[in-house]
Amino acid sequence: MYVAVKGGEAAIANAHRLLADRRRGDRAVPALRLDQIVEQLGLAVDRAMGEGSLYDRELAALALLQARGDLIEAIFLVRAYRTTLPRFGYSEPIDTGAMKIERRISATFKDLPGGQMLGPTFDYTHRLLDPSIVGEDAEVPATREAEESRAPRVTDLLGRQGLIEPDGELPEGHEVGDLTREPLDFPLNRDLRLQALARGDEGFLLALGYSTQRGYGRTHPFVGEIRIGEVEVEFDIPELGFAVSLGRVRVTECQMVNQFKGSATIPPQFTRGYGLVFGQAERKAMAMSLVDRALRAKEFGEDIVAPAQDEEFVISHSDNVQATGFVEHLKLPHYVDFQAELDLIRRMRAEFEGREAAE
Amino acid sequence: MMSEISAEQSARKRALDVLAAAPAKALAERWAAFGDQPAHQRIRGPETGLVMVRGRAGGGGAPFNLGEATVSRASVRIVTGEIGHGYCLGRDLDKAEAIAVIDALRQREMARVDAEIIEPLEALMAAGDEKRAEETAATRVDFFTMVRGDN
Repeated sequence: MYVAVKGGEAAIANAHRLLADRRRGDRAVPALRLDQIVEQLGLAVDRAMGEGSLYDRELAALALLQARGDLIEAIFLVRAYRTTLPRFGYSEPIDTGAMKIERRISATFKDLPGGQMLGPTFDYTHRLLDPSIVGEDAEVPATREAEESRAPRVTDLLGRQGLIEPDGELPEGHEVGDLTREPLDFPLNRDLRLQALARGDEGFLLALGYSTQRGYGRTHPFVGEIRIGEVEVEFDIPELGFAVSLGRVRVTECQMVNQFKGSATIPPQFTRGYGLVFGQAERKAMAMSLVDRALRAKEFGEDIVAPAQDEEFVISHSDNVQATGFVEHLKLPHYVDFQAELDLIRRMRAEFEGREAAE
Repeated sequence: MMSEISAEQSARKRALDVLAAAPAKALAERWAAFGDQPAHQRIRGPETGLVMVRGRAGGGGAPFNLGEATVSRASVRIVTGEIGHGYCLGRDLDKAEAIAVIDALRQREMARVDAEIIEPLEALMAAGDEKRAEETAATRVDFFTMVRGDN
């Protein structure tokens, strides 16, 4: 129960002033600029942008600075900002097949048309802290003549042989769901699940993905392909009567290939999970694809026995802004609620003691 | 989804695509160097809003909403009467307005706008893409198989 109380205005104002001071820190240390955050803390920026569900690297950098590096607070700030802007419309679906590739690997095929490109990866680093990077310029990257820039999707290669299920269509005339416009109504179609997962908390999805690997809803996954790079965003301009590109966004895509399903009418085929995230966010895209596949259990007639397969559980708890709102509201004044609880426990104890005395 | 567009529309689209993707600084430099910029009247904006970016399940399947992006747009009428539209990702209102004016002006002075603004920006971005592609190519894995024994 909420009851309005007054008081604390001066305390709040001074707390915010103190926050601003602590955010700035030691004045002898130069203040951070947004371009430094965008350029040098790029993956934190990408995460704030991805889970904030708003592609704008400079805004995400501002959110990180304002939040003192607290990612969930930064994501909250980005989400709050987006509510202040009008919606111009929906883009044409991006074509990840036409991506300007910056990284592309497959764990299923060694010799891949278009090749395996490691790109700027943490993989194969020794994870030893390196003090020499502090304040130092990096070497310029090596170069090599670039061949074919267009790389076919691994899933299309398997698809041509009919060994894998298609990309995943929804019935003709299906209107694309948008959870920013309509409250969620379970059960969901896959489009809404993918939207929720794309903005879902990386840690939560990572743990759920991991749980499927450990046997809680096993799906036997292989990374068919991970690709990172820029794609054009095309938007239909009514004044012009055709679509133009608004520019490019960087995305990470993960095609997870999972063990087979078949039926009386369909021969056995590999099944799939899909991950697509703003920015460079490979761990998140992989986790998303694992959870996407696990959540398709019902579609494949699999028993729902594990948390990662439970759509309502996963999607209702994947949003870290919602989660933090409800968890953190516990610290707000609940004085009246608690008074009621205190009254109750005193009565219960009086009854208990009364019974004891009677015996 | 638009069906076929005319050659003229397709050239206009190409110009708008290049302008939207161009770095704001490079665009502003080209535009300043172009000289005689026509006086213009704002019809709409410049303003910033959101476009919901869509992806497709599995890469090519049913569309879904991936997340929003900030977009700026402007519509202008230049002094000679042509109307231009500018759209670009981000919150740079000056860039959106410059695109709109260039789009309007291009309807009068196509050859010069293409030669002095569109083509140089296109070349600049192609060079950047080429450089990144070469840096990526240097990280390509060349697999080789170890020689095996006879059995």
